[in-house]
Amino acid sequence: MNFIPPDFAPASSEIFMLIMVCVVMLADLTAGENKRYVAYLLTQITLVGCTVLTFLSFSTETSQTFSGMFVDDSMADILKLMVYGTVSAVLIYSYAYISDRGMLRGEFFSLILFATLGMMVMISASHFLTLYIGLELLSLSLYALVALRRDSVIATEAAMKFFVLGALASGFLLYGMSMVYGATGTLHISQLAQIIQSEASSKEVLVVGLVFIVAGISFKLSAAPFHMWAPDVYQGAPTAVTLFIGSAPKFAAFGFVMRLLIEGMGEMVADWQGMLVILAVMSMAVGNLAAIAQENIKRMLAYSTISHMGFLLLGFISADSNGYSSALFYVIAYVLMTLGTFAMIMLLCRTGFEAENISDFKGLSKRNSWYAFITLLLMFSLAGIPPMIGFYAKLSVLQAVVNAGYIWLAVIAVLFSLIGAFYYLRIIKLMYFDEPETDEPITPNSEVKILLSANGFAVLALGIFPQALMGLSLYAIQNSM
Amino acid sequence: MSFEFPLLSLIIWLPIVFGIAVFVTGDDRNAHLARWISLVGSVLGLLVALPLYTGFDSTTSTMQFVESHIWFERFNVNYHIGVDGISMPLILLNCFITPLVIGAGWEVIKERVSQYMGAFLVMSGIVNGVFASLDAMLFYVFWEASLIPMFLIIGIWGGPNRVYAAIKFFLYTLLGSLLMLIAFIYLYQTSGGSFAIQDYHQLAIPLIPQILIFVAFLLAFAVKVPMWPVHTWLPDAHVEAPTGGSVVLAAILLKLGGYGFLRFSLPIAPDASHFLADMMIALSLIAVVYIGLIALMQVDMKKLIAYSSVAHMGFVTLGFFLFNSYGLEGAMVQMISHGFISGAMFLCVGILYDRLHSRQIADYGGVVNKMPTFAAFFMLFAMANAGLPGTSGFVGEFMVIMGSIKANFWYAFLAATTLIFGAAYTLWMYKRVVFGAVTNSGVEGLEDISKREFALLAILAISVLWIGVYPYPLTDVMHATIDHLLIHVNNSKL
Repeated sequence: MNFIPPDFAPASSEIFMLIMVCVVMLADLTAGENKRYVAYLLTQITLVGCTVLTFLSFSTETSQTFSGMFVDDSMADILKLMVYGTVSAVLIYSYAYISDRGMLRGEFFSLILFATLGMMVMISASHFLTLYIGLELLSLSLYALVALRRDSVIATEAAMKFFVLGALASGFLLYGMSMVYGATGTLHISQLAQIIQSEASSKEVLVVGLVFIVAGISFKLSAAPFHMWAPDVYQGAPTAVTLFIGSAPKFAAFGFVMRLLIEGMGEMVADWQGMLVILAVMSMAVGNLAAIAQENIKRMLAYSTISHMGFLLLGFISADSNGYSSALFYVIAYVLMTLGTFAMIMLLCRTGFEAENISDFKGLSKRNSWYAFITLLLMFSLAGIPPMIGFYAKLSVLQAVVNAGYIWLAVIAVLFSLIGAFYYLRIIKLMYFDEPETDEPITPNSEVKILLSANGFAVLALGIFPQALMGLSLYAIQNSM
Repeated sequence: MSFEFPLLSLIIWLPIVFGIAVFVTGDDRNAHLARWISLVGSVLGLLVALPLYTGFDSTTSTMQFVESHIWFERFNVNYHIGVDGISMPLILLNCFITPLVIGAGWEVIKERVSQYMGAFLVMSGIVNGVFASLDAMLFYVFWEASLIPMFLIIGIWGGPNRVYAAIKFFLYTLLGSLLMLIAFIYLYQTSGGSFAIQDYHQLAIPLIPQILIFVAFLLAFAVKVPMWPVHTWLPDAHVEAPTGGSVVLAAILLKLGGYGFLRFSLPIAPDASHFLADMMIALSLIAVVYIGLIALMQVDMKKLIAYSSVAHMGFVTLGFFLFNSYGLEGAMVQMISHGFISGAMFLCVGILYDRLHSRQIADYGGVVNKMPTFAAFFMLFAMANAGLPGTSGFVGEFMVIMGSIKANFWYAFLAATTLIFGAAYTLWMYKRVVFGAVTNSGVEGLEDISKREFALLAILAISVLWIGVYPYPLTDVMHATIDHLLIHVNNSKL
């Protein structure tokens, strides 16, 4: 038999990542109790190495490998670069937190890297099975990460809930995929589009399959009514893990939607458009209304995530590259803001004290005016007030929605974001208008200091000069379609 | 001006840069430095704005001092700024008020001085940006950004109920502006991808979309003006805000709403403006008459002036929708003059509040015995607020009443009642606070105004009298622009 080895070049960064995960695990095994930082450093090196590899393989051309199951296009490269950067920032932000709480172990890093690998595979998948493998790799690593503090009741409960509901969602997704396979006879995303276009398949079965796929996607995006897991998981997981769950996987989820709905089933736009409208409106309603009632900051941010995911889905509704690029811009802006916000929460944590409640922000401007100012920028940005980046994200999505003729949807979206503004303002109110309850100093290490300042500043600076990021999102989409 | 100096950009960004410099001075150990930097910054801001007036060509209605650069190409948004006869006086008013506000907080603000002063400077620059923007998106960014400093000013340095007032102020204004954003995006689509305001002026839009656009703009601007019945945030915000905040709110931020009508609603949706003019006039007259009556019953001085602001701004919106040159020019004069008068009135109340820490009318009485100089100034401003001839308050109101007689006798009749109500509530308050015998030991211990306060009030007094006696320099610059606007609005787009 003549065996032709596949072209490994497009998947070089994934392969490198896989090798390095093993290296991290082994290194941590041999390193002693007081050399735990070795795993941390190796993880950061891995991410840098992946960045270099992805950067080197960057080209405007699309290359496929592994019999067309794996694709490397400019959207994949850009999303992966974003993922590396985000994961690296997550690790810098959480280092002090995890070492304070006895989580500075090899498992944490290897799980994070496995999850990252899962995201990379999802982003580059051009076959249902690859997509599913990537998704499961990500999900299983996340379940384990949430349960990392196995002595914490609330974390274990969150992990159970996450796992059970996540498995259900994966089941939905697989069921939907099998329906689609039954109707079209292919699992290749690119062939799928052609078959649907040629109308050689049974429309009814396809639509049923589509419904299940959209349900699976909504679960992963935490869009209402499939959002139930998000508040509990956000609250229950250690804040460092919440930061991770809330940030980098959003890029993967974006890639997931693009590969499945747009590239695979783009011809069925009339069918999924209506579903996304309902999901978007429900998410914005549930997210914004429920967030008002929260006293726990992580829970509040979970609901805020739900509402933001609703806004993000609006970007897909217009079903053109203008809309997709605005959705991508929205994800980038959202991840930037989430990173900063959770980093602030971890900054307020001390040894033996978890900052969990909104009231922990009380009087922050008197304790440390610089971090209060950064949080102010982040909150106004989340609320979508110019000149912060969150406004341009909303603007570009709204523009796409109005362009598609859904003016009423845009009106609903802005009304809900008005409600949303209230709970972000409440944080600002606590920071600036109230007296502090404690005068513990806030003492981050110098990396966090620099990164957090840069993060807050980026929210403002990218808002004043949004052109580069908008151009990048448009480039990523247009080059891959 | 013949040479290409970015004067307008300087007017916008100079106060913002100084504001940031003031923030950098840090905590209250450097309070003195913060005060001086902000004073220098605000005075410089006024000085660089003066060439705007001297270099202004009042014979043309085209935009002047124009600067245009690409801001972000993705949505064809430009950094496009310029002024005409409507925006130029408002920018000058803003630059003029800022040093006074800094002066008003000089000794009174003792906590977080640098943040207070810095916030006012930044806001001054942002407001200049609102008035100067010729690109809808740029306008929107400045418009919304102006909420942030005011929100903090009310919330940090305000009175006991400041949190409620600050959040109400923010959410009310945000509601209006978000719908305006949708209108902008709609106009962006219909104009084929342009955010230039002047392109929108030429856009032919059918009546129904025009009405929807008008309503979206109306919500944004009516909340800012504020018009009845969306005025309820204003008394709360005024009462809780520190003196400087009240002055800026009344003198400057309310004008943003009026300016919005002139720059957006009327020229972009002229047919809808005519179609809905009766409703707008009715709302304005309700503000004039009904809010005037409410003002009569107030026991809190700041609330009384806040309601009187609503009534006076009712005159402004009335003037807009008469569609004749008396009405429009009168409304513009009224906006400028209200900036001086309401600013001065709030300063006067602030001066009393700094001494006795009460805004209740009942806590005063016989102030004239202890503060004669102050009483004299307060008298002048109270008279101006009541619209006495010879003060700036008279000019605007008289012009609008003239305009309304042309339109309909009953409009004029109802509008003219303000001369009675205005006199009644202002002078009655004045009588109870200032005249009579000294009523309590608090008043007994009052000291007359300091040199700093004297200077602030004197500057405002001169301005009020000047416009009252000789308004020509003001009306001259706006004449050509208003005529042009009037012709434009009276031409149907259908």
